[in-house]
Amino acid sequence: MAAVKRPLLLKKGAEADLYLAKWHDRVVVLKKRSPKTYRLQILDKQIRTYRTIHEPQLIHEAKTAGVPTPAIFLVDSKNTAIIMKYIEGKQIKQLLGQISTVERQRLCFRIGELIGKLHRCGVIHGDLTTSNMILNSHGKIFFVDFGLGEKTPELEAKGVDLHLMKRALQSTHFDFAKECFDSVMKGYAKVVGVDASKTVLDKIKEIERRGRYVAERKEKE
Amino acid sequence: MKTRKTKEHYCLGIESTADDFSIGISTFSGEILANVIDAYTPLEGGIHPREAARHHAEVASDVLEKALTISGIKPSMLSLIAFSQGPGLGPCLRTGATVARALSSYLDVPLTGINHCIAHIEIGKLKTGVKNPVTLYVSGGNTMVVAFDSGKYRVFGETLDIALGNCLDVFAREADLRQKPGLPFGAVVEKLALKGRKLIPLPFTVKGMDLSLSGLLTSATTLLHKEQYRLEDLCYSLQETAFSMVAEVTERALAHTGRKEVLLTGGVAANKRLQSMIGSIAEEHKAEFDVVPSEFAIDNGAMVAWTGVLAYICGITTPIEKSYVKLRWRLEEVEVPWLQ
Repeated sequence: MAAVKRPLLLKKGAEADLYLAKWHDRVVVLKKRSPKTYRLQILDKQIRTYRTIHEPQLIHEAKTAGVPTPAIFLVDSKNTAIIMKYIEGKQIKQLLGQISTVERQRLCFRIGELIGKLHRCGVIHGDLTTSNMILNSHGKIFFVDFGLGEKTPELEAKGVDLHLMKRALQSTHFDFAKECFDSVMKGYAKVVGVDASKTVLDKIKEIERRGRYVAERKEKE
Repeated sequence: MKTRKTKEHYCLGIESTADDFSIGISTFSGEILANVIDAYTPLEGGIHPREAARHHAEVASDVLEKALTISGIKPSMLSLIAFSQGPGLGPCLRTGATVARALSSYLDVPLTGINHCIAHIEIGKLKTGVKNPVTLYVSGGNTMVVAFDSGKYRVFGETLDIALGNCLDVFAREADLRQKPGLPFGAVVEKLALKGRKLIPLPFTVKGMDLSLSGLLTSATTLLHKEQYRLEDLCYSLQETAFSMVAEVTERALAHTGRKEVLLTGGVAANKRLQSMIGSIAEEHKAEFDVVPSEFAIDNGAMVAWTGVLAYICGITTPIEKSYVKLRWRLEEVEVPWLQ
């Protein structure tokens, strides 16, 4: 940690703060999970330590699955900090509104393929939002922030993961949420297969029905 | 009482989505003149929709009379009738809607159907003065983080299964705790939690901006029936874990939207521990933090009346033939032109 120089706060997130810094002559991202004073100390420490150790493992799993993720340089569980490669590029969140419909659908299709690759290997991202996807200058899409992820083969987890993607599109990109999600699912189906993707879609519907006051339950009334 | 300007217009709002039957009266400029709430308290178990609806029908005329007396408004002075059209329990909603339709046609004034969740946010803004907040709305039926964007309120996070208030209520009932009339079970849990010392590990389930409370409830009740922990410690652990979850989701929405105001509302907003947690998050993000006063945080008619005014000013009325209740009316479906 001592070797980290000139940290510059990039983003103050809900569970971690991201700094752009110099570390052994490299430009890196320092992800620091600082104590949250609103939580009980013991619960806070558990959550931060668990996520700090878990996230690099999942990032590695994702890489093995064929999904671009930042390289991890250092994991400091005592200080609940991770040092990783800085991915230069644009957040998909900023891009989606600026590009043409065709480009948008193509981009979402590719995102769907990447999610498919993760799920095929039992990697659940846990926070699939367009802020957690970065397009670099070589046209590669990187997935970041696996802090809420898990490794599980369960259908339920895949369903929730994609449900979150859908919800993120609805709340942030409401003008073209449906079109985007449809493209995501097409890309997803290409990787996991049409039948498997249909099973997940059914699961998503089931998950949505569990929520309160949801439109999906109307058909049952 | 009757020294008001003759030019002022008045809206009467009816709330009956769940266990409370309430009538509120608001001026068109946002002065709340009456807010009478009559809660149905079941002798045992949770809210039975039919029993709650029977309660509403029984108390409706008394509540109406009380609201008119307190406000000093004569029925003939009303310009608008607003009612909670959804979401909620069918029989309860229908009782309120029936009263609303009757008043509207008898007085020959327009009717406007209001989304209950939006009413909670609008009254919160009116009462605290916040303008464009991230709202955490936690009650027996809802747990959601909401913010306005481009014409509509958007849900940034919510429970994937049961609501926070529901989670606390069911746990309290499983523990055979007695509910004080007029106070939610959550208040009993809160009191016991103050005497808790030991944090018992319980599942912490945050999924992106959403969260899940059903596993937490199952775990807590299982441990309760094993009788190996003090009830105070269980209440404490249940609260700490559940509140930490909603707090994290709120913080995520705050970081995501970059808003500078946080509003806490709904029945569970009265919980002091939850208030301190959300307050701490707001402080860390240099945002203003406000809690809706209890009377306006629980289900109440005033919020419906005030939101009715906002809708009516933008030309939104509900003809009687379209005033059927909407049990699962999501707030993202509603256009809110008064916030353009």
